[in-house]
Amino acid sequence: MADAYRLMQEQYVKILETYLQEKNETGLYQAQQFSKKVLENQISPEEVVSLHIEALEQFYPNLPQGARDSFDFLIEIMMGYGMAYREHQILRDKQKELESEINVAANMQQTFLPDEIPEMDELDIGVISVPASKMSGDYYHFIKDDNDSLGVAIADIIGKGVPAALCMSMIKYGMDSLPEQRLQPGALLENLNRVVEQNVASNMFITMMYGSYDPRVHHFYYSGAGHEPGLFYNYAEDRFEDLYAKGLVLGLDRDTKFREYHKKVEAGDFIVLLSDGVTECRTDEGFIEREELTRMIREYSHLSAQEIVNNVFYQLERLQGFRLRDDFSLIILRRKV
Amino acid sequence: MNLDIRTEELDGETVLFVGGEIDAYTASQLRESLLPLTEKEGAVIVVDLTDVNYIDSTGLGIFIGALKSANSNGSSLRLTGLNDRVKRLFSITGLDEVMDIEEEEEAQ
Repeated sequence: MADAYRLMQEQYVKILETYLQEKNETGLYQAQQFSKKVLENQISPEEVVSLHIEALEQFYPNLPQGARDSFDFLIEIMMGYGMAYREHQILRDKQKELESEINVAANMQQTFLPDEIPEMDELDIGVISVPASKMSGDYYHFIKDDNDSLGVAIADIIGKGVPAALCMSMIKYGMDSLPEQRLQPGALLENLNRVVEQNVASNMFITMMYGSYDPRVHHFYYSGAGHEPGLFYNYAEDRFEDLYAKGLVLGLDRDTKFREYHKKVEAGDFIVLLSDGVTECRTDEGFIEREELTRMIREYSHLSAQEIVNNVFYQLERLQGFRLRDDFSLIILRRKV
Repeated sequence: MNLDIRTEELDGETVLFVGGEIDAYTASQLRESLLPLTEKEGAVIVVDLTDVNYIDSTGLGIFIGALKSANSNGSSLRLTGLNDRVKRLFSITGLDEVMDIEEEEEAQ
């Protein structure tokens, strides 16, 4: 540290001397470069003032006492800046540390989500899930059971970021530890609700929709726990309708029952599941309407399910100026023609 | 952004007038005003949301917390003045069936 200071001092004397003699742009440029070095070497503002006075004393041995004293005065004033600067340094280090911890956690969270989309002869599946910040409060999951039915879950954990992510791990393990009831969406939600209710703070909750697609009869069975309604596209009539399953959010009442709904799916029909980050998409003119969303989906409906969700995400992201306010998840299951 | 919150005692009821957007940034402000009220046994609390145009899920969580607190402390909680967007949120989440929500407040 002392060496660094000595070195800086020699350099400062040199560049100040040059500047005082030539008074040109080059001198000012050197001052800028020097200020970067000072920051790099963590030299405090009051030390810079010391550098200056020491240099002046070399150039002008007969510096009036008043001028000299005034620099001591200035040093005193710069002390406050110096302290603020050191505090800033400490905070910056701390922030770096936190950031790297969050990166580790975000990577861990990624492992909660399926790493590939299941392949099925009967269904064309598209999924996109993008967190607003590093960690997501949206969860989705696919399960293929022994009868080749496909279970699909989409859940939205209240809030965003780290607290939501912690809560998501509970949903993940809750789902993993459920008995083989996977074909019954209502029972699945009832089980999960008991896990959540016991383990969350009083103002936390989770919304979820769980559905099971039976490819032998092409029926979609589903139940909802306060989740944003999905959409059902009727291919023959070229018409969208809401896919709504009324039910209370998870985590509020231990004895909540969830009704099971079902839908017959014909060739070309598709099911859209989403998180409220999709419908709560806010532009300068206000919230987008569901009609806007269905218009977009229809516009891309000639593409594959994955291309539809990618395109809808891109359009909505653009509408929001490429800044998501909320986690965004969109899933499409289309019965192949 | 801040919420405008003001309480009034009207006919033995405590009315909490809220204005603004209840989201992740303002929710704690609502919680600090609302939760203590629900902790008094026998209290009747009305939350007037006429001037609230938006509630997000964090905001909704505050009402859930307040409902649980009211249930366990023997007080009661009623919401009034919900606009369509806010009403839809309470309906989708099924909260309209466990919470006392006053209909047609605006028509009066």
